[in-house]
Amino acid sequence: MSTNSIRDTFFEECEELLEALVEGLSAMEENAEDMEVVNAVFRAVHSIKGGAGAFALDRLVSFAHTFETVMDKVRSQVLKVDEELMLLFHRSGDQLADLVEAARDGREPNAESEATILKELEAHLGDADKEEEFSFDAMSLDFDAGPVALDLPDEVASVRRFDIRFNPTPALYANGHEPLLLFDALAELGALSVSADLGRLPEFDAFDPNDAVIDWQLSLETAEDETVLHEIFEFVDALCDLEISVCEDADPQPAPAHIESPAAPSLIDLPDMEDDGEDDDDPAPALVQVASSSKGGAKQAAPRDEPRGPRPTLRVDLERVDRLINTVGELIINQAMISQRIEELELPAVAHLTNELEAYKLLARDIQEGVMAIRAQPVKPLFQRMSRIVREASEATGKKSKLVTVGDSTEVDKTVIERLADPLTHMVRNAVDHGLEAPEKRLEAGKDPIGSIRLSASHRSGSVFIEIADDGAGLNRPRILEKAVEKGLVSPDAELSEQEIDNLLFLPGFSTASEVSNLSGRGVGMDVVKNAVAGLGGRVSISSAPGNGTTFTIVLPLTLAVMDGFVISISDQTMVIPIASIIETIRPNRKDLHYIGTSGEVISVRGAYVPIVDVARNLGLSAGETDISGGVLLLVSTETQGLTALRVGGIHDQRQVVIKSLESNYGAIPGVSAATILGDGKIALILDPDELVKLNPAAPFLPPASSARMELRHA
Amino acid sequence: MLDVVEAPTETQFEFITFSSGDQSFCLEITQIREIRRWTPVTKLPHTPDDVLGVMNLRGAVIPIFDLAARFGLGTTADNERNVVIVAAAGGTTIGLLVESVSEILSVDKSAIQETPDIKSEAARQAILGVISVGESMVRVVNLDAVLDNDMGGAV
Repeated sequence: MSTNSIRDTFFEECEELLEALVEGLSAMEENAEDMEVVNAVFRAVHSIKGGAGAFALDRLVSFAHTFETVMDKVRSQVLKVDEELMLLFHRSGDQLADLVEAARDGREPNAESEATILKELEAHLGDADKEEEFSFDAMSLDFDAGPVALDLPDEVASVRRFDIRFNPTPALYANGHEPLLLFDALAELGALSVSADLGRLPEFDAFDPNDAVIDWQLSLETAEDETVLHEIFEFVDALCDLEISVCEDADPQPAPAHIESPAAPSLIDLPDMEDDGEDDDDPAPALVQVASSSKGGAKQAAPRDEPRGPRPTLRVDLERVDRLINTVGELIINQAMISQRIEELELPAVAHLTNELEAYKLLARDIQEGVMAIRAQPVKPLFQRMSRIVREASEATGKKSKLVTVGDSTEVDKTVIERLADPLTHMVRNAVDHGLEAPEKRLEAGKDPIGSIRLSASHRSGSVFIEIADDGAGLNRPRILEKAVEKGLVSPDAELSEQEIDNLLFLPGFSTASEVSNLSGRGVGMDVVKNAVAGLGGRVSISSAPGNGTTFTIVLPLTLAVMDGFVISISDQTMVIPIASIIETIRPNRKDLHYIGTSGEVISVRGAYVPIVDVARNLGLSAGETDISGGVLLLVSTETQGLTALRVGGIHDQRQVVIKSLESNYGAIPGVSAATILGDGKIALILDPDELVKLNPAAPFLPPASSARMELRHA
Repeated sequence: MLDVVEAPTETQFEFITFSSGDQSFCLEITQIREIRRWTPVTKLPHTPDDVLGVMNLRGAVIPIFDLAARFGLGTTADNERNVVIVAAAGGTTIGLLVESVSEILSVDKSAIQETPDIKSEAARQAILGVISVGESMVRVVNLDAVLDNDMGGAV
């Protein structure tokens, strides 16, 4: 059980590390010279490897190791980063993510791609000198077999001597590290001599047992690579002052990343080391700063302070947050109830209750907003995942494309992010597959052969806007229409506006690709995307300009838990309709109402005739309002019917309501999207205008039982 | 949440008996969350007759079924003694309107007899078994069957 929870933590961390990896790689694309970035990538891979080793995930370890080794060569500037290598790194990152996922789910990873990438990575190692390659082997053996002495022929590598100055900080001991174990590990690499520097040891009276006063001076003769030494100090490098220098003139090592003056001010010489005499004046050719300790000479290494590190966060079980959100929802309802009760009491104004009540209301809203913010997460990880999709899609289609993301710090509800992943993946794939043209065609059109997919997120007027824009050829409207006619989705003589043609893409079973390609066109069309987005209370729209590309816009509510709505009466029931869907409210004038046929009713709104839908009748609650001029009309724009006027009994209030799912305990009900609890504790249904107009009152909703209950157990 | 179907190792079971449509039924006590007085519910559009509507149970929206109508025994008449039994099966919480709740029945597992081999498949689905109490017979309700979609018809 506890192993499992540690394992879970590892995979959670892996996710963060992979995120950091992707982020680092894209930063590298911009500036591969920035060592800070390269180091960050290296660290991410290395940490995954370390953790995977602890859980004996051998495949993951060996892949991460190869990846890391190549990365290390970049770090030590042996390998120059070019476009090709960058692509390989990206693919390696993807593969690493796959391996992590496979390890987590306990399934078999894709061995084929793993082998290809490994081969390519190793090819980069092969370019290097023999020494490097050897050291790579040695390291891999070292890792697999733990700290066992290496059984490699010593004579192959030249023995060098390293001087190591190791000044632990109190934090090192506080974290339970033991220098002796480190020295033991070093001793296994070769001949080691250790001496303690007691120079900082205070008088006995002033001695603080918690302080770290002993510095160490070590000298190691080994054939090992310097990186191996660094690996030994890996876990303490932020907790100590460490300097490793090579004492050999013929140094086959590449130029190290950080070169510092060898004059270490705090180094106190003690004449006790056998080779001290000859080396003291020998200028050390290179002094390598350990990668992750960013502050050079800091005596007291502060708790790991990474310039690019994330802000401190707290990991909380999602269930707890949800429970809190539910409770706060209750609080809001309760507050509304109390307000209502007090109003009913009709207390004299001197009771001063209204001010306190108002303050209570504001506090409750504050708490709610705060709690909601816990669930909000930046879209960044979601967007980052798309860069992989773009890469893979471009590879599969032979197109060149890049992903540009804008506003990836925009925060959206966690559930929205989760449920947006699939539709977004689909749309991004589509954008590459259908949206962008082949490089030759782009050149012909005078465009950059590399197509760009722009993914942007922003908050606008209480909604989240997510746009997927490509700079391709734009929608081929004649072809879309032709296809739709061919599939019998529209009649051949239909006259459609451009907008209407664009919206054909969202029809079920529509796919423009004449041949089913590897990527898109697997029968899952934009209708799935549309449904997924609609399921989140959002909508998708398209705009396209020939030659300039296509933009899909997803508009989502900020949160799934609350909504602004009109409290309306339908027949004898109280219901809620989302304000977002209402364009205008009309109190109809008898002269504006007209009949078409026997039951068709329209209202003229500024010269246009808009069909009227009686909500009560569509819900099967009554025969409709007896007086046709009674009630209020709500003008809504629906996907199926365009502009429609919904007739309701009246509007009573406008308020924020907490959305309660009906589907969790019952099932979907046509025309109703959810329910809410009103101030008096009663439940009010929240109407879904789009679904509502689809219900045809003339042919009463047939089989009422089966459809409603179909989803009952699976909702 | 307790797993109600895979019952405990003990052989003693407790049931709450109630009457609905002039018949005697019972539910295992671990499936029952609470028993409430009947309060008016919010009607749902386009639902069959046995779905009375939804009720606010401390912030959760739960559907209320008329058990008698569900079993095809006619609708439960309005009565002061009518109660709603709030029961949970799997992740779903529902309310069942019944005529009245009678008593708690504590029986040994061996006292639960298999449903007699009657013709109606639906009835066999809905009733897990029967317990004989004195002169009368109490039917053990299969909550899963009450929730199931193909159960709309008569028993």
